[in-house]
Amino acid sequence: MVDVGFRLWFTNRNTQDPTFRRAVSYVDSVVLPPASNPVPMNSSSLLTSSAVVTENVCRHYRMGDAIIRAVDGVTLRVAAGEFVALLGQSGSGKSTLLNLLAGLDRPSSGSVVVQGRNLAAMTSEELASYRRNDVGMVFQAFHLIPSMTITDNVELPMRFAEVDREVRQQRVHESLERVGLGNRLKHRPSELSGGEQQRVSIARALANRPSLLLADEPTGNLDSRTGEDILHLIRDVSHSMKMTVVMVTHERALAERFAQRLIFLADGKLISSGEAEPPPQTRLGDTGTSEGVLA
Amino acid sequence: MKAYDLYELAIRNLRQSKLRNGLTTVGISVGVASLVAMLSLGVGLQQLATRRLAGSGMFDTVFVTSKQDFRGFDRDEERKDEHPENAPVLDDAARQQMAKLTFVTEVEPEIRVMGEILYGDKTHFGFVTGLPMSARENEAFDALQGKFFSSSSAEEVILLKDFAKELVPQDPASLIGKEVTLRYGEHQKLAQDSEGSGRPELGGDASGSNAGDSYGFSVVRKTQRLKVVGIVDEEPYGGMRTVSRGRIFLPVDLMQNLNMAEFGDMRSSLRGHGRTYMTLTVRVKDPAKVSQVQDAINGMGYRTFSVLDATKSLRRFFTVLDLFLGIFGSLALAVATLAIVNTLVMAVLERRREIGVMKAIGASDGDVKRLFFAEAGAMGFFGGVLGIALGFAIGKAINFGTAIYLRNHKLPPEPVWLLPTWLIGAAIAFSIIVSLLAGLYPASRAARLDPVQTLKYE
Repeated sequence: MVDVGFRLWFTNRNTQDPTFRRAVSYVDSVVLPPASNPVPMNSSSLLTSSAVVTENVCRHYRMGDAIIRAVDGVTLRVAAGEFVALLGQSGSGKSTLLNLLAGLDRPSSGSVVVQGRNLAAMTSEELASYRRNDVGMVFQAFHLIPSMTITDNVELPMRFAEVDREVRQQRVHESLERVGLGNRLKHRPSELSGGEQQRVSIARALANRPSLLLADEPTGNLDSRTGEDILHLIRDVSHSMKMTVVMVTHERALAERFAQRLIFLADGKLISSGEAEPPPQTRLGDTGTSEGVLA
Repeated sequence: MKAYDLYELAIRNLRQSKLRNGLTTVGISVGVASLVAMLSLGVGLQQLATRRLAGSGMFDTVFVTSKQDFRGFDRDEERKDEHPENAPVLDDAARQQMAKLTFVTEVEPEIRVMGEILYGDKTHFGFVTGLPMSARENEAFDALQGKFFSSSSAEEVILLKDFAKELVPQDPASLIGKEVTLRYGEHQKLAQDSEGSGRPELGGDASGSNAGDSYGFSVVRKTQRLKVVGIVDEEPYGGMRTVSRGRIFLPVDLMQNLNMAEFGDMRSSLRGHGRTYMTLTVRVKDPAKVSQVQDAINGMGYRTFSVLDATKSLRRFFTVLDLFLGIFGSLALAVATLAIVNTLVMAVLERRREIGVMKAIGASDGDVKRLFFAEAGAMGFFGGVLGIALGFAIGKAINFGTAIYLRNHKLPPEPVWLLPTWLIGAAIAFSIIVSLLAGLYPASRAARLDPVQTLKYE
């Protein structure tokens, strides 16, 4: 059971409310990691070295005459080396926010600053370079290229980064060893179990040694035991490689166990960015019954 | 992405859909093959024509006529207010003058008269023409049965095979070594020519103005025994010269010594000057010097013609022919181009997810575009190589077929199709360029794909 040192929850608050925003930024700055978290964070580092900062970021789509506000004025800070979980119902905007952090998508307004660089102002070439060198991505559906062996899959981002062949081979081995698949180099994704495929996907994300690991529902296609193993792996490698992790999930229980901080989104707005426990009736892990105060 | 990685990924991707990409590549190769086959045919035909002309011994030859003759052929000369009737005539003096020109190896008249061969109890009519000793080098005599004239005034004859068959239908070759009798008309100057000695000589009437009105000649029937030394299959000089249009060939000096009456004698007689040559054939040491010699003879006031003029029009003709052959050959390649576009558009659709993943893990739009370009280029390259091979096979088949056809028509086989080295490189390069152009649209479409859309969990 997660023992949190600091708890806050909000019920259906207006996120544009100045009082609310002040509260959020307060939470951002003073939130402490859970006592059980194996990666204790120094609270001062959160203040001084933000790896990711979003400032009133919006992502709006036009669908016919309607405007979909997928992400709507989210201001968020993630400290370097921190492991945060983005929680929310389907359609809450958490994946859209993750795509904005990944540089796969551009905000309609506001800014996304990663390690001091504003992604919103980058050219598409610069964004590609950012994705190549600074970000590793893990997906729910693994998104391995089925026709390639796992070696080729892990090698692919290094090809884009123009890493030398010898270095590449060495890093592929290292990465696959790290995720426990050092003996499956010549296998194709279809020959692996779901959990193993996700491990390959993690190894691929680590290939270019990024500083930011973004995981979109990494356990969504896995059974609970395997999911847990994957999160252990993510937490261990992020710790050993000093990476910041932002993970989108709807499995609250797992998030509480592995993330240092839970961030809640609803309707594209930030509900809580602190080490918070939402109201008891909003168990996000219990899909289908998540309507409630967060809606 | 580095070029090698690009190549490796492109080949890997192509191997994913072996059948489809294979078929597209075969499509390209058919296009390239048709282009190569067509252009090679053009090149081959051009070379054949050039070879025939070169072998005919015409490239080193200048034909000279007097501007007094064939006047209707060049109206310009008359328009220029020249007076062709005053133009110099082709007489012995002119012949000697030409022979002294630099690079000139031989000046021979073109003599062609009517004659009759008596053999056994029959007579056989035919045109008799005079050949210089240099005609031995002509390709027509490569397949000569028997031998060539022993000298330029030897009393010998070479017969065209068809004519020899008229004499001895079963075994024309048996004529070699036999004697035949030639009946011909001798040119005899009239006795009333006050200054004439009765023995006519070429250009003999140097004081034409004095004797002009009294000039005349008789044609007297004469016979001459001749030994058949050879039988030739084809007309010499590819049938393109006055002397080739004959069936009975005599050494040219012998013909002159026999003083055979020519068709042009009548005209010379009417003009009131002595015997002149209709045409002189000036052989030049080096084909490259032909125009120089031609200029010199033009400067002497004669009209000249050389085959170089003909090759100019020949080159123009083949340029146009190659262009048309190229256009027809390219049609198949144009269709193949559409196949490339289709294949790559399909690949973009199928690999949406993969493209999204590549972008998510760091591929730039340019990387994706280059990857599709590389795939198009690789198909172009392999299609080009395969096309060359296929085109080569088609060409060989054309040559084989032509050889059979020619043999059936009793003609020596000749290659009409020739693949020049430059065409191999050019065809492969062209195939790659065309494929890259075909890849433009699919590649930019792939590059434009939105990774967020493609990665949405389905």
